[in-house]
Amino acid sequence: MNHGRTRFVTGFLSIPVALYLIYVIAPYAQAFYIALTDWRGVTATPRFVGLENFRRLLDDDVFWRAVGHNLLLLVLMPLLTVTIALFFAFLLNAGGRGGTGGVWGSKFYRVVFFFPQVLAVAVVAVLFQQVFRPDRSGMLNAPLMALGFEPIGFLSDTGVALWAILGVLVWQAVGFYVVLFSAGIASIPRDLFEAAAIDGAGGAQLFLRITLPLLWDTIQVGWVYLGIAAMDVFAVVWVMTAEQGGPDHSTTVMAAEVYRTAFGYFKFGYASAMGVVLFFFTIGFAALALRLSRRERIEF
Amino acid sequence: MAEAVIPRSRAQVRQERRRALGPFAALTHLALLAWTVLVVVPIVWTFLASVKSEDEIFGDAWSLPAVLRFDSWGRAWEQAHIGQYMINSVIVVACGTFGTMLFGSMAAYVLARYSFFGNRAVYLLFVSGLAFPVYLALGPLFFVVQNMGTLPVVGPFIGLGTHGGLVLVYIAYSLPFTVFFLAAFFRTLPGAVAEAAFVDGASHARVFFQIMLPMAKPGIVSVTIFNVLGQWNQYQLPLVLLNSDRQKWVLTQGIAEISTAAGYDADWSALFAALSMAILPMLVVYTIFQSQIQKGLTAGALK
Repeated sequence: MNHGRTRFVTGFLSIPVALYLIYVIAPYAQAFYIALTDWRGVTATPRFVGLENFRRLLDDDVFWRAVGHNLLLLVLMPLLTVTIALFFAFLLNAGGRGGTGGVWGSKFYRVVFFFPQVLAVAVVAVLFQQVFRPDRSGMLNAPLMALGFEPIGFLSDTGVALWAILGVLVWQAVGFYVVLFSAGIASIPRDLFEAAAIDGAGGAQLFLRITLPLLWDTIQVGWVYLGIAAMDVFAVVWVMTAEQGGPDHSTTVMAAEVYRTAFGYFKFGYASAMGVVLFFFTIGFAALALRLSRRERIEF
Repeated sequence: MAEAVIPRSRAQVRQERRRALGPFAALTHLALLAWTVLVVVPIVWTFLASVKSEDEIFGDAWSLPAVLRFDSWGRAWEQAHIGQYMINSVIVVACGTFGTMLFGSMAAYVLARYSFFGNRAVYLLFVSGLAFPVYLALGPLFFVVQNMGTLPVVGPFIGLGTHGGLVLVYIAYSLPFTVFFLAAFFRTLPGAVAEAAFVDGASHARVFFQIMLPMAKPGIVSVTIFNVLGQWNQYQLPLVLLNSDRQKWVLTQGIAEISTAAGYDADWSALFAALSMAILPMLVVYTIFQSQIQKGLTAGALK
């Protein structure tokens, strides 16, 4: 049985490990080193500048605006998405037939709600760029103008654009979490709902006292996923907004600044420093989220 | 029979519940329908705009097209190269997903079912990749792929601006999740069948391909769906690695380019047609496989 075992293990692991080391591990390891250099991609040996890039980052207003936008999205995108998705998941699974069964047509709703999730983010961004057009030809501005209001520059007004982006992100994400939470609710024993309903619990109580606590683990997973997605936002901003993060840097995010700095200005050292900061933000968020939301696991 | 015994109490319970939840249940469908409209209307609107004339597109957004013009679909397919981009996407995603599943399941299987020195370290190395934001490595990755292009013989197929290069990058970046998920899956499979095959003299590779892989089918299907969608929807990796040669572009790149580079004299109906063409296949495939896709993606998230 052990014949050729070592050869088999080595043979099966060598290609995947090699690909992974070359394309994932090596670039990440290099990024941490390049962040300490002034490399612009042309010289063979980059000059070591220590923490100079990070010192410059401290004075980089555009970068900090990007960080601020990411933090805003980090708070609001999971909050809105989880709230809306929980609401719908609860309605779908416990809203019908007196609070215990699935609502009529719940399968149809689940299929439709999930659909934005299978569309490419870049495609969604172009689609909403058209939806948000600032004149009568925009889906949202047409009725506004028909009612005699001024059209809203969803993507051209510096005070509005980031909210438009938040809206698109939530629009795309909700369906997935409806399905995820539905699966969680479906695994809660129905006697719990029935017993509570017989004891006179209303919809709100069923939700707050039974669904929410028993779904906590799933919500936590969803929260971390959405938080990481909020730190990684790129395509929606890059494709949808004017000046790719504009107008006037009002929608830019960290990933867009990393990309622009590296492939627009060829400042690879400086861009890597931004990437390192982004890396620690993401890791920090994940650790914090898991720590804060840790609770006793409820077995059922 | 049991039904006959307790009908009264059941009806009673149901009535009590209905009393408790009356207005709540009534608003349920209203809320659900509202979100349905939010999801469906922008998509239907895109399809309608693609058969409108230029004048109609610049007119009121909610007006219906007077006649259905499909010429914009032809222009998008031919002149805006959407056909070419779509074929490129299919090639890259087919090769990328196949490679990911082949190498990912091989690595996951060995890591899950063989103990050897360094097993844990290799597993953790793969899984740590789940936490890396891809932007951190974009710059160095660009130069890694550029350097691969200078290799003898294989260089021209895997360097910058080649589909081969993009496929290898897709495989590498899909491995963390694939290995993580499939290793967990392989661990749960019973070992008895495999042992019987070893006794009969089957080789390790044969046991993997003919026994373990078929047994892992539910897990494989889930992860394949996850990878197909992830790679099909990818935008920034092609943006970095395929930028030079338009002929090689994938669909998401092509769509974004039509939109950003359009300017004032843009062919708007062709843009809407291109969007429709990107949406339609996903809509069809999703409708056919929706239950597997939902299950596959949620299983992926919960692991």
